This record gives sequence, structure tokens and C-alpha cells, in this order.
Amino acid sequence: MSNNVLELRNIMKVYSNGVVANKNVSFELKEGEIHAVVGENGAGKSTLMKILFGMERPSSGEIIFKGSKVEIENSNKAIDMGIGMVHQHFMLVPSFTVVQNMILGIEPKKGINIDYNKATQMIKELGDKYNLRVDPEMKVKDLSVGMKQKVEILKALLRGAKILILDEPTAVLTPQETEELFVQLMKLKDNGHTIIFISHKLKEVKSICDKVTIIRKGVTYGTYNVADVTQSQISNLMVGRNVVLKYDKSKSEAGKAVLNVKGVSCKGAEGKELLKDIQFTANKGKILGIAGVEGNGQRELINVITGGRRNYDGEVLFNDKNIRSMNVKALRKSGMSYIPEDRMTQGVAASAAISENLAANRYESQEIKSGILMDVKKLSKLANKLVEDYDIVCKSIAQKVESLSGGNIQKVVVARECSIEPDILIAEQPTRGVDVGAAEIIHKEILKLRDRGAAVLLVSADLSEAMELSDALLVMYEGEFVAYIDNPSETTEEELGLYMLGVKKQSREEIRRAVNEF
Amino acid sequence: MRSLLDIILTPDFAFSAIRVTTPLLFAALGALISDRAGAANIGLEGIMLMAALAGVVFSAYTQSALIGLLGAILIGLLTASMLAYFTLKLKTDVILGGIALNFFANGGTIFVLYYLTGDKGTSASLASMVLPNIHIPVIRNIPILGEIVSGHNVLTYIAILSAIGVWYVLEKTALGLRIRSVGENENAAKSVGVNVMKIRYIALALSGVFAGMGGAFLSMGYVSWFSRGMSAGRGWIALAAEAMGRGTVLGTTLSSVLFGVADALSNTLQLLNIPAELIRILPYVATVVGLLAYAIRETNKRKAKG
Amino acid sequence: MNFENRFELIRTFAAVTISLILGFAIILLVSDEPLSSIYYFVIGPVLKTRYIGNVIELAIPLIFSGLATVILFQTSLFNLGAEGVFYFSGLMAAIVGIGLSLPAPLHAIVAIAAGGLFGMLLMFMIGYFKAKWNASELVISLMFNSIFYGIGLYILNYFFRDPDIAGFASFKMQKTVLLANIIPKTRIHSGLIIALVTVLLAYLFLYRTKWGYEIRMTGINGDFARYSGMNTTKAIIIASIAAGIISGIGGAVEVIGMYDRFRWAALPGLGFDGALIAMLAKNKPGSTIYAALFLAYIRIGADLMARMTNIPSEMVFIMQAVIILLISGGKFLEKYRQKALLREVKKNA
Repeated sequence: MSNNVLELRNIMKVYSNGVVANKNVSFELKEGEIHAVVGENGAGKSTLMKILFGMERPSSGEIIFKGSKVEIENSNKAIDMGIGMVHQHFMLVPSFTVVQNMILGIEPKKGINIDYNKATQMIKELGDKYNLRVDPEMKVKDLSVGMKQKVEILKALLRGAKILILDEPTAVLTPQETEELFVQLMKLKDNGHTIIFISHKLKEVKSICDKVTIIRKGVTYGTYNVADVTQSQISNLMVGRNVVLKYDKSKSEAGKAVLNVKGVSCKGAEGKELLKDIQFTANKGKILGIAGVEGNGQRELINVITGGRRNYDGEVLFNDKNIRSMNVKALRKSGMSYIPEDRMTQGVAASAAISENLAANRYESQEIKSGILMDVKKLSKLANKLVEDYDIVCKSIAQKVESLSGGNIQKVVVARECSIEPDILIAEQPTRGVDVGAAEIIHKEILKLRDRGAAVLLVSADLSEAMELSDALLVMYEGEFVAYIDNPSETTEEELGLYMLGVKKQSREEIRRAVNEF
Repeated sequence: MRSLLDIILTPDFAFSAIRVTTPLLFAALGALISDRAGAANIGLEGIMLMAALAGVVFSAYTQSALIGLLGAILIGLLTASMLAYFTLKLKTDVILGGIALNFFANGGTIFVLYYLTGDKGTSASLASMVLPNIHIPVIRNIPILGEIVSGHNVLTYIAILSAIGVWYVLEKTALGLRIRSVGENENAAKSVGVNVMKIRYIALALSGVFAGMGGAFLSMGYVSWFSRGMSAGRGWIALAAEAMGRGTVLGTTLSSVLFGVADALSNTLQLLNIPAELIRILPYVATVVGLLAYAIRETNKRKAKG
Repeated sequence: MNFENRFELIRTFAAVTISLILGFAIILLVSDEPLSSIYYFVIGPVLKTRYIGNVIELAIPLIFSGLATVILFQTSLFNLGAEGVFYFSGLMAAIVGIGLSLPAPLHAIVAIAAGGLFGMLLMFMIGYFKAKWNASELVISLMFNSIFYGIGLYILNYFFRDPDIAGFASFKMQKTVLLANIIPKTRIHSGLIIALVTVLLAYLFLYRTKWGYEIRMTGINGDFARYSGMNTTKAIIIASIAAGIISGIGGAVEVIGMYDRFRWAALPGLGFDGALIAMLAKNKPGSTIYAALFLAYIRIGADLMARMTNIPSEMVFIMQAVIILLISGGKFLEKYRQKALLREVKKNA
């Protein structure tokens, strides 16, 4: 036990808005190991890391550092303790050179000037020691993602980090860069550094980590020697249903293909392939689910379909019309509804009234107008009806949306998008961060919409939602579909987990079943 | 046109362009340093105005031009600190805070002026001091060059030194590095323990000092009295100059000079037979044109990127 | 009334109260006769029918500039061009009044239309620059104020200045263009009716038309507006045009309502006041009436005080600045809000 450099005991974290991010987290970190922390989106990994780096304080529980209890009040304290963090979104100043980024806050001085000679020297020595070479004079904005990551690691090392936390370090890297990173991490390990490696990617965990701690719904489910467990075993422990949902779902016949996505591919600014030859149809009367760990291309795909991204290869037909020639308004007018992933930035006008938010997709229709003027009576009648139908808990329809709870805000979005009888509803993480009651209402409304004959495209990282609602399910991994499952409620989450985490992949022909042109 | 060229191509015109650039440059440096820290100072116009009055009042009551200058700088510093308190601490909208400060300056200066002199227009009845002109030895005797660069007000030289100083601080010192990091990526700065609030406060305070010197120049160098609204939009033109200079010291200085030339031109053209009212709008037209050219270029660049 | 609205009201009152206290403090500090100064400042405007009239007369242009600024602020545009529009549109109306010969009601209508048209053009430019190229509407509008003031001055001096009278004034406008006085013993003119009708129209425009809806959603959350398929560029331009028309009409009405010659030797400042009115009115068209009356009241109070005592009326500008700073300070009274919110939650639990 004596070589535990850091130990967490029964950490609980409740945010001021009542969200419980960590319920009971315990794990031990031994000096000189690479220790993976794995878990689904929202399992509480990032909160845990924020606690370790002093960006959040735990509500209860203990942190033991080298045998004695400590409080990590802020990041400076963490840095003093020798903890360094490489954030997933790099904390770098783009226009600065590598040197400038590294020494920010701890600038060596000569008189009133920064002593750049000394700084460069320090960085060169550090780079030589760990075989992490970057040109100190390069501007960070001109560096590749992999190089930026090196800078981040060097930044932490320069500040004396002995324990390095890497938050999904490979998410943005190409395979070659990933390999290079692993070589460097091994080198750091040989030098006596301890590394916490946060990831979804089990293959990577297997290849470089010594230990793995599994976290699910804010609770740790044990630490294992990586050598003793298989990828499937880890996957089974990681992926679990939050609540087992069961809805009475009538059988429905697939109707006409409303949305036809043909061979869509696109690349990111760094040249990384974001979407690879995506093909599928969404048919009337069917819910087509797209499951997957976030960041595997779902966002980009939805962006293409909803008219937010124009720069792609292939084509998307909506009601047999190519959407390249349509702007957002035209798409919406021809029957596309969209529940966006981020309700506060896109889904609502937070400081406007509930009724006004409900009007956004019909403010030009006679449904709420009389002549050229909007009809307040019609609007309030409609809004009151929707508030009742969708069970939106509020004092009045004049209340500002921002004063509602998250679940009720989402219900406003769902009510608006479902009540115009669209040809297709694109629902992107429709119950993210929403309480169970609200989630159930939203799920039922989506099912009702399907029964009324609309096509639904459901993008979800929540497995039970994707499995229970979808009539057919596609799994996305690294920008492409890896599985098509035509009876989602009868498959197992273990099976899905293997696809989602890149352990298994179906054949091309099996995946092609997602195309159902009628 | 012939006579126009005759007027412009003279040492006198160059001298006058440098002279009228001085307050613009001060204000633009103030805009620059605060903007680089990510805390835009929209109140420069008002700060200059208040500092201009402070210079007159302090120098009149102490009969010391130096104390007048220090008073102007102090008022600039205090006003900018007040703005910093509201925008950083109370989270007042940066733009509305700046607008309010300008209202405050407009009314406040007239109020104080009237209270002290019984006049709402100018401070003519106050025996205020002016800051001295400097004749540079040796250079003053060089033909043409001497006529252009020698004999300016001491603040003109301080303005040029300030530009170099701002460049030096931003590029060479730790404070400058931190100011730039806070302005460009607040989170990156925070993650290595830089106190973002403190850095922004320092930047706003410095911008107040520069605007203060700009104000002092107006009432203690450019002319020898205070008159209502005498900053005459220079604080706003400075914001445009800073934007066009893309936040660099050299670019901002050059844009300030450009607007200064427009200003000098408007002074000089009055000798010709063009209505004074129209000539006076020249600096403002130049600012609109400059700002638009800059904005269009930026938009096209964004579009080209996709 | 829900909690947030009530809190906003409390904040507004607190800001106004603090500024009034500041005003009194200034008076106490600099006045030789503080009590009578405060007396004239606070009670003065209701002492005579004429003074009450003055308050309402002054409120008329303030309503117009307030409305224009409400529309701009609702679109999140910090455009202070109403000032230049007021001046130049006023001049346009005066020129129509001097130069054209038309029968009575028509003449005034043409003058007002000329003012509105100019305001529309000017604000259209500012809005277009902003929407298309993201050029700072604040700086451009302020430059435009100076530019059109200069051009206006030139037109006036060279073509319409009356050399026969002392001081700065244009030729006399024809009687047919002047707005009728509607309340005897005051100078309150039919512009008041136009102002009130404009309030109603601005309300209908913002809250009952699809353009108004698009404008407001664009101002609240541009991403949401675009997600909903709205053209935010168009919304910005339409809002600018509407604000331009209203401030243009305001300038015209003020000139043909209050004067018989064009007499503004400097920018009148009325357009700038729109910013304060809009903030006091919480960007609600209907509330601009009260906000305008409030500002007019303290202006007239300060004027009376200045006339009777030695306190310059510019004191009001200082108070105005304090009100803006406090109302726009998101964290002003934040502690109180947190406490009250907690109480509210407990009460409902």
C-alpha cells in the first residue's frame, strides 16, 4: 500500500444545481503506473479529473496524497503537488510560440525582460530528457494536433508534474500520432511518472495501461490489472443501462424514404476524416437510431442533414430534393423538425417567453396569425394546449424559458418540434441531462409521432434510449457505420458496447441494409 | 488641385499632422492595451474629456503644468478604474458601460466647468498652464526635417515613446505576455494560474493613463484652455484606428497617423475656398471609410476560409 | 408578476433612487442654498401649468428616440445614430417647411415623411454595414452623427440661414407646416398624438408582426434564430430601418412642433437620451412613455433649479450615467437576488 501516490476514498460531488456527478468514487494510483479510467459519456470521469486538478471541490470523501489527507483548493495547489493535466481541449494561446505557451505564468526574467534564451534552454533540456521535441520558436497555431499535445505535456512537465492526467488524449489524434504518443507515455513511465489515462477506447487501454478503473453513473466498479481482463469484460462493466425502459410499441410498417443519405463524407479542418461514406434512408413510420460514443461523427452528420454544413461530398435527398439547394428555412418549411443537442445555445431563446419559443416554427403561418398580425389569442391558446399536452410545468406561458428546469425547457423544444406534424424529426440526444419523468414524456411523444407516420432519426449516446425507441439502429464509430441492427430491443447492451467501442464490426453488406429505398 | 498640393507638400503640414496625431495616438494606445487584454475600453472619449478638464483645473490652481499633467493622468486612471469596477466586477455590459461613461464625462465636465468659472463653454477665465514645446538640439537646425520633427509639445514626444513602450511591454515582458494570453485565450491563462481579473484591471488602468495624457494634450498643448466636448470624437476614432491596426502597435500607430493626416488636412483646407463645415467632417469620413475597408476585408477573409 | 420581472423592477427603482441620492449629494456639496435647490429640482416642474407643459413637450422627442433605441437594443445593436438622425431629419423637415408651399395638414405630413425617409436611409446604411460586414455599428453611428451634423450645418449656413436675425437660425418656416398646439397655456403640440400612435405601432411591429418576432429572436439568441431558419442579416437591416424611420419622424416632429425656425446650432442630444429611455423602459415600447416623462421631469427640474440657483443643469447627465451603469450591471443587487430567489423557492416548496 505504501507506494500509493494518490488515493481517492468515497468521493461524492453534487453540483449546486443538484446534479450528482460522482456518487461514490474510490481508486488508488500507484507510483509509476499508467492507470486507465474508463466510462461512458456522463459517467463522471471529467468531474473526477476536475477534482484531482483542483478545478472542483468534492462534496464529501477524502483525497490521500503520499499518505496524508489533502485538500486541493485550486489548480495552483495541484500543480504544486506535482499534478499536471492535459485537457482534451488544449489550453494554449494560438498566436504564441511554443516557448511563450510553456512559460506563461512562470516566466524566467532578466531585468524586466523575459529571458527567452533561458526559457528555450529549459525547454530543449526537458524535450531531450523525455524525447518530446518541438520547435520552441514555432507558433502554436501552426502546429499539428499531435504537436500541440506534446506542448501540453511539456507544459505540465515544466511545472514539475509527476502525475499526469490525460483527458481522452487520442480523441483528436490520427493513428500514427496515437502510436507516437504511446511511445512517449511509456518513456515517461520509465522515468518514474505516473499517468492517468482517460479513454473510451479499449484497444488503447489494453495496449499501454497497467491498471483500469471502471466508472459508471458516478460510481467506480473496481480496479483491475489490464492483463487480467478482456476488452469484452471491460466493455460489459462500462456499458450499462441507466434505467431499463419499456414502452408498448406497436409494430409499424416502414413507409416511403423521406431522407436519403448517399455516400456522404467530410473532413475536418485538420484533415481528419469526420464522416466516411455514410449511407442510409430514414423511412416514414420508423424510428432509426444512431448510437455511438459521442464525437464519432454524429454531430457532423446531423449538421450536414440540417443544412448547417455545406462542405461535404455525396448528397442528401429530403423528400427527393437535394438539400444543397435548400437553406434552413426551406428545409424546415418542407417538413423537417429538429431537436438540437444543445438546447440552450440553439434550441431556445432563453430570455423569451414560453409561448414565443413555441412560435418559432410557425410564426409565419395562419395558425397563430390573423391577417398580417400575430394573434395573441391564437398563440396563447396554442401555447396553453402544448403546455398541457406535453406536460410542461410552468406558472404561465408568459414565463421566461430560462426560469424553467432543464427537463421542462427540453419539453418546450420537443413540443414545438413535434406539434407541427413534420415529415421527419431529427432528435439529437433528446433526453440529455433531463430527469427521468421528463425523459419518459419525451420518449412517448417521439413514439406517438412515429405512429402518426413521421420518420424519426434519433441520435443518442444513451443506450437504453437508443435500443428501446429505435425500430432499427445504426452504430457509429470513428465517422462510419460499424453495425446495422434491425431488432434493437432484442440485442444486448454488451453487444452494442463492442460495436460502439470499436471492438467489433459488421460486414459491409450487413451495414448496407440501412438503405431502404421505396 | 495645384494649390492643394502646395499646401500639403510643406514642412508645416507634416508638422501639423504630427501635432494632431498626438491625442489620437494616445487614445489608440489606450484602446490597444485594453483590447489586447480582452477588456475593450469604450469610454476613451469620456476619459479624455475629463482628463482635459482636469489638466486645466489642476494647473490653474497650482500654477504648475506638471501637476496639471499629473492631475489629468490621475483622473484618467480613476475613471478607467471606475469603468473596470463596473465591467469586471458588476458585469456591466462593456459597451453600455462605455456609453454611460461618456454621458458622465459630457455632463460632468460642463457641471464642474460651470461651477468653477460660471461659464458652460470654455475655461478661458481660468489661468491654466500649458506644457512646454521641446526644441531638439542639432536636429532643429536641419532644414525641413528640423521644421517637421522639432518644436513639438513634450506630450507629442511622450506619445511616440509610449508607443514604443507599449510595444516593448507587450512583446518583451512577462506582463505583456500575460496581457496577450488573457485577451486571446482566457482559459489557457487561467489554467496556468494567471489572475485574469487582475491583468484586465491593469490593462484598463493603463488605457486610462494613456487617455489621460491624450486629454492633457488637448487642453494643455493643442490649445491652452478647455472647451466643452473638446475630445470631438477622437476616442471613437481611436477605436477605429486600433481595429484597423489589427491590434498591433505599428498598425495602430500608422492608422492613427492616417486619421491624423485627415484631421490636419481638414485644418489646412480651410485656407482654400471650401466650406469649413464640410472640411471638418473629413476625419470622420476617413474613419468610416477606413473601418468599412477593414470590415469588408475581414469578412472576405472569413468567407475564403469557409 | 413573476419573480424575475419583480426583481428587474426593484433593480430599476434602486438604480433611479441611487442616482437621485447622488443628485441630492451633489447639490448639498456645491450649492449655497441646498434646500431651495432641491425644492426647485423636485417640486419645480409641477409648480406651474407651463412647467408641466414643458415636461410633456420634452417627453415627446424622448419617446421617439426611446422607441428607436428600444428596437435597436432588442436586436442587440448598439447604434447611437438616432442623434444624427434627429438633427438632420429635423433640418429636412425645416427645409420642407421653408421651401414648399402646401396646404396645412399635407405640408406637415410631407415634412415628417421627409424626416422619416432620411432617418431610414441613414440607419439602413449602418444596419447594412453591420449585417453584411460586421462593421462596428457603435463607432460608425457616432461618426455618422458628426458627419451629418457637419453636412447639415453646411446646408443651413449656405442655403437657409436667415442673415437678418441675430443668433443662429434658419428662415422662418411657413405656418402651414407647423404642428397645432393642442393644450392651451402650454406649447404641447399634436406631435404628442403622433408619438403615442408611434408607441402603439412600434409595439405592434415588435410584438405582433413576423419581422418583429424575427428581430427579437435575433437579438436574444442569434443561433436560435438561425436554427429556426430566420435570416438574421435581414432582421438586423429591418430593425435598423424601423429605428431610422422613428427617429427621423421624431426629429421632424420636434422641429415643426416646437419651433418656427430651425435653431439647432449643435447636436440636440435627444437621440443619445434614447439609450437611457430604452434601459429605463426595459426595452418595452409602452414603458418608453413613462421613462421619457421621468427623464423630462428631472431635466425640467434641473433647468428650473439652474435658473433659480447656481447649480448647472448638467447634473442630470451625471445621474443619467449612474442609472445606465447600475441598470446594465448584471451583478448589481445580485446578492439580494440570490437571497430573494431562495425565499421564493422555499415559499413554493
